[in-house]
Amino acid sequence: MKCRVCRGPAVIDLKRHNANFCHEHFVAHCEEQVRRAIHHFSMLAPGERVLVAVSGGKDSLAAWDILTRLGYPAEGLYLGLGIDAYSDDSLAAARAYAEPRGLTLHVVDLAETHGFTVPGAAAVTRRSPCGACGLAKRHEFNRVARDLGFAVVATGHNLDDEAAVLLGNTLRWETDYLARQHPALPAGRGFARKIKPLYRLGEREMAAYCVLEKIDYQVDECPMAAGNRHLGYKETLNELERRSPGSKAAFLFGFLDRMLPLLDPAAHAEAADVHPCTECGEPTTGDVCAFCRLRERAATA
Amino acid sequence: MKVLLRNPRREIEVEGITSVAALLGHLDLNPESVLVIVGDELVTNDAPLAPDAEVEIRPVISGGAA
Ligand code: SF4
Ligand SMILES: [Zn+2]
Ligand SMILES: [Zn+2]
Repeated sequence: MKCRVCRGPAVIDLKRHNANFCHEHFVAHCEEQVRRAIHHFSMLAPGERVLVAVSGGKDSLAAWDILTRLGYPAEGLYLGLGIDAYSDDSLAAARAYAEPRGLTLHVVDLAETHGFTVPGAAAVTRRSPCGACGLAKRHEFNRVARDLGFAVVATGHNLDDEAAVLLGNTLRWETDYLARQHPALPAGRGFARKIKPLYRLGEREMAAYCVLEKIDYQVDECPMAAGNRHLGYKETLNELERRSPGSKAAFLFGFLDRMLPLLDPAAHAEAADVHPCTECGEPTTGDVCAFCRLRERAATA
Repeated sequence: MKVLLRNPRREIEVEGITSVAALLGHLDLNPESVLVIVGDELVTNDAPLAPDAEVEIRPVISGGAA
């Protein structure tokens, strides 16, 4: 196989683009997709500071790397979830990426700062670990961004993540969730702007980017992920993709272009009665936010 | 040839396979869900495989719903 751009030997084939790329032109392709994402949804002003939520996995490290290449001053935030060896290895991967490159990595540990871990919270509340984890991440990314003076938080959600979430939300017609499935949620009422600069790049592309650019990411899976619904959706979508390349992108991009604009007003209406949590000051629709309620239950266990 | 699989990490021996596409077919793996690394290099689906190649098949699908 030959690179589409230079006809040199290819290192990766992307069926969806009906294209193969050499190392150099694959990296250029990834940069271009992120540039387009940022431009299309006005994610960042030129040179704007951004806090990248870093898990140590391929997507968030690639996001940090590409944003830095594109000239955005990006710092990382690692949230320690307390998931045993997995969390230790993930932090080590994030540090091993940041240190030699002279990048700033902020580390917040749930157990140290709030007195509980994700597995602990899941056990007390009998919620799924991923539910407790997602709640903690949303809360802490926003809180720390505001504490550190960042107006915007970037996450490593890729095309496969977004297509899988879209499939789940569509199967249940979760219109509130669908309305918030925006690659750039605007700031407001105590919320930092949330952006997903990788939404145009697939999971396989992000792994390939890291392998080629010698970014040593955490390859092992979070032990809490096994068998969850989200993984099932991804497998289903990849079966479709195998038979009909481009399906995932058509599903997600069609939603973003044609459906999301119709849902947008619903998202704004929902944000109307948001005010600061009486415990932590983070935005909530109740008196005490869901994170503080979770922390109380988990810490008294 | 030796093939390293991940999640969980394990090694298998495969005989008589001469290309990446054939290896993925043999193991019933979706090319969309994995990368194939030979030695240190990423390779495309049509790449040939030598009998003594050291191959890693790395899944690219990651879990969490958040
Ligand atoms: S798999 Fe679930 S528990 Fe593990 S990091 Fe992802 S969201 Fe958190
Ligand atoms: Zn090229
Ligand atoms: Zn609170």
